[in-house]
Amino acid sequence: MTDPTPPKNRTRHALGTRLWHWLNALAIGLLFFSGLNISNAHPQLYWGQWGFDPATAWLRLPHFPAWMTIPGYYSLAEARLWHFLAAWPFAIGLLLFLVALPFTRHGRQFRLRKPELSIAAIRDDIGHHLKLHFDPPPGKSFNLLQKYLYIAVLFIGLPLMVLTGLTLSPGIDATFPWLLDVFGGRQSARSIHFVIAWGLFGFFVLHILAVLLSGPIGQVRDMITGGRAEGATP
Amino acid sequence: MIGRRGIIGGLLGGFLAGCTKVAQSGPGASLLSAVEGWNQDLHRVLTKRTALAREFSPADISPVFRGNGTTDPATPAYETHLANGFADWRLAIDGLVARPMVLSLAQLKALPQRTQITRHDCVEGWSAIGQWSGVPLGALLHAAGLRPEAKFIVFHCADILAGTQYYESIDLIDALHPQTIVAHSLNGALLPVKNGAPLRMRIERQLGYKQAKYVERIEAVASLADIAGGKGGYWEDRSGYQWYAGI
Repeated sequence: MTDPTPPKNRTRHALGTRLWHWLNALAIGLLFFSGLNISNAHPQLYWGQWGFDPATAWLRLPHFPAWMTIPGYYSLAEARLWHFLAAWPFAIGLLLFLVALPFTRHGRQFRLRKPELSIAAIRDDIGHHLKLHFDPPPGKSFNLLQKYLYIAVLFIGLPLMVLTGLTLSPGIDATFPWLLDVFGGRQSARSIHFVIAWGLFGFFVLHILAVLLSGPIGQVRDMITGGRAEGATP
Repeated sequence: MIGRRGIIGGLLGGFLAGCTKVAQSGPGASLLSAVEGWNQDLHRVLTKRTALAREFSPADISPVFRGNGTTDPATPAYETHLANGFADWRLAIDGLVARPMVLSLAQLKALPQRTQITRHDCVEGWSAIGQWSGVPLGALLHAAGLRPEAKFIVFHCADILAGTQYYESIDLIDALHPQTIVAHSLNGALLPVKNGAPLRMRIERQLGYKQAKYVERIEAVASLADIAGGKGGYWEDRSGYQWYAGI
């Protein structure tokens, strides 16, 4: 903590952080696995404004088995409802996070400082990770790779999921036609949406792995109860 | 590690199976069906009634326009119409209108026309771009004199899918939208059979299954409850697809 006077009993994770973390875990889980059901409806990706012929797809996705999808059988209609149901809390939560950010401690924690931008610093931190040292440097909330990854997920990945998802809606395209220009077309937006979804799945795997390797019981407990911040009175 | 992996796998499997169960429960099902209303309300609040779908340039047109769903009605009556160039095809406009009408293709083509190059989005995820020409539905409804109690416009089609006649419906916001047309031409030629010859709907702010093909009757109604399965469209009745297909 860089605060000159850390308040007594300050928690490691603020209440808002914990609520959003678990809400997101649920929402993103629903979005991803209902998304696999939706993916099965047309498992080809195209680039540009249009695309319908599997022969011209830049990527063919595998068919995902029913046990991996929500619901647990092929239903595009029901999977869409699950996807939209989870999209609401996901998008609203993200919006609240971004609006509140400057007023929270995360606003400082996610700012990259000049020394953190050096190749040497990144190389050092990779070395630490390879030795399975995950504790952040003294006085810091995150180690460097963790910070880069969180910045990529929170400020690039998640917002792009909302924006590319909205671009898939013909109704929203009429409301915000600029979305089509930003992403270069509905099919490009769909491709980006799918690629980032798998990127977030990769993040999920790394995240779970890091939790498992750094004392999973304490980590999960602190994300539920808040835990105790460094420097707070025990 | 196996133990941990087992726990994580078990949690995930339980989560996925639980979702299927939730959807089958009463409260779960009603929460899921409420979402469609939230989406529609958000779109209606955000979007101007007359906000246009993107219109593209001729260079953007897809080399072919994919046919989906019914690609040939193939009924004896349709075959006869096809054989004589749809000269006897009639479009009825009836229901809650002051002046019911029956129009031939020649009469439709004599009315003011609209041509637009727009993108067609299938609910499955693919898109195609085509140039459509036809008569604005709003002008037809105006000529027929929509009665105040009319709330929805229903499109009755000549194709039969899995034993059931195709139909679709929209509200008056989309019915009176400037880009909503009864189209007779695609890319400068009469509609191919696979794309809905001789008449199909274009409702450009909604997905493909709303774009009824082989249209022979347009009916103004106060409620969708008494039509076919009561959910407002063939796919809505058959598979639970969302009636509001703007997303």
